[in-house]
Amino acid sequence: MVLFVVVLVSAFLIVPVFISIIGSFSEYWGLRIFEKGLTLKWYAYVWENYSHTIKYSVIIAAATVAIDILLGVPAAYALSKARSRWAGALEDVISIPVAIPGIAIALALIQTHRYLSGSWLFIVVGHVVFTMPLMLRAVTAALRTAKLAVMEEAAASLGAGRRARLLRVVVPNVRDAIVAGALMVLTMSLGEFNLTFFLYTPLTMTMPVGLYESYASLRLEIGSAYTALFLLLTIPLMTLIQYLGSEKIEGRGF
Amino acid sequence: MMLTRRTADGLWVSGLLLPAVLTVVYFFLYPMFVLCLTSLHSAAGLSLVHYTDILAKPRYRKSLFDTVFLSVTVTLVTLAISTLLSMVLVRWEFPFKRLYQALITFPLSFPGVVVGFMIIILFGKTGVIPNVSTRVTGKPILQIAYTNWGLFLAYLYFSIPKVTMTMVGSVHKLDFRLEEAARSLGATPGVAFRRVVLPALSPALVSAGALCFATSMSAFGTAFTLAQNISVLPVLMYTEYTLSFQIEAASAMAITLGAITLLFNYAYRTIGERGQAGA
Repeated sequence: MVLFVVVLVSAFLIVPVFISIIGSFSEYWGLRIFEKGLTLKWYAYVWENYSHTIKYSVIIAAATVAIDILLGVPAAYALSKARSRWAGALEDVISIPVAIPGIAIALALIQTHRYLSGSWLFIVVGHVVFTMPLMLRAVTAALRTAKLAVMEEAAASLGAGRRARLLRVVVPNVRDAIVAGALMVLTMSLGEFNLTFFLYTPLTMTMPVGLYESYASLRLEIGSAYTALFLLLTIPLMTLIQYLGSEKIEGRGF
Repeated sequence: MMLTRRTADGLWVSGLLLPAVLTVVYFFLYPMFVLCLTSLHSAAGLSLVHYTDILAKPRYRKSLFDTVFLSVTVTLVTLAISTLLSMVLVRWEFPFKRLYQALITFPLSFPGVVVGFMIIILFGKTGVIPNVSTRVTGKPILQIAYTNWGLFLAYLYFSIPKVTMTMVGSVHKLDFRLEEAARSLGATPGVAFRRVVLPALSPALVSAGALCFATSMSAFGTAFTLAQNISVLPVLMYTEYTLSFQIEAASAMAITLGAITLLFNYAYRTIGERGQAGA
């Protein structure tokens, strides 16, 4: 009985992923998936119609990661130094966006930053707001465990200034956490739909928005080919995240 | 000398913090504040009418109740399934276990729209289940992708991996010896589970349940892909904003959803941390 439930649930989660990859090679998906044989034409179709969404998704994700590192790593370091009550409160405030639905953040951004609309930077802003807490948390956790105070003191006694200590002592010691945080942010940004859907224009369409459009066309072959391309991009990232040992993937809504 | 060094240190720390804080203030707190103001705006000045409307207008109220009912049901079913799966992941040894764990975690990286598509692949018009049943019995069964059941299954699809991964840590910390003791004192596996395992897991269940409820309440992409006539609150918010130009009503819904998810995420964090501290 237990085994039956486990197998059923596992199949429910895993089977459709493989079926969508298989179905992406189908000429016509009717009562049987391969009713009219195999083809690669849907990949050509998706590439022709949606390759710009892949480009935008990658650019936006890369920019988001870069900004998160530039803002989040120094902030995490500063918070670890300022061991006062307001530092904890500040960390909480910076972390709020992770707990707010993307659609609420998007509706708010539209009302205040309309001048950005039409630009891909608008989407980057949205992604940064809700992914920076993830980067901050990853680095803060690493800073807490590393014995940085001692090392910094040693570096200071050897004459290292503040900036040298940050760049030559602190950052190398939390590099793994920065990489893990960056992978997480990359995955989140590439798959973000809820917030992006409010901020995109036809000229700045990202992959998940394009996926939605292709599903709305009700052609399973096209949707499958496009989904397979999306999986090709995100599954290596997920594998890497798991390989690095973070079991909990937090943050984004569905 | 000492004082100036302190001040310089303080400046350095504040300088490092400033860009992140300004970003959060300008691109998050200020927009959220304006969102709040919009939601309170009405012809007669400031009022709560857009909030009371969520309960007063039948269409809004139905959407709110449907969304809460769906999220509660999804949470309860997910907790039952995820308790089982997390125990399997921790206690069973089988070949390709790491691969299996990776496979059931992949949905965590899917956007909601892809989750919706997975349900279409399984239960759509030419989905796997209807196709197989047509071949076997001549009649398609379970063509339910675009019904309430399809929505329910889609929410399970993203909830199960998320809750399972949240619970694995707590199951790891369970003391196996307590169960063995219960068994050696004559308890059946069922009784040992109910009287020993469940109480020990209850903080984790409450915390994971809060996370699951918050995620379900705010899910948009999944419902948007599948919704035909059912309208969960996030989708209603979208249609009120884009199709009916009711930005005040949409803002009130956004704030309501935000408050609910913030509250339940907070419960998830605090109960989760307390549970871990106690274990």
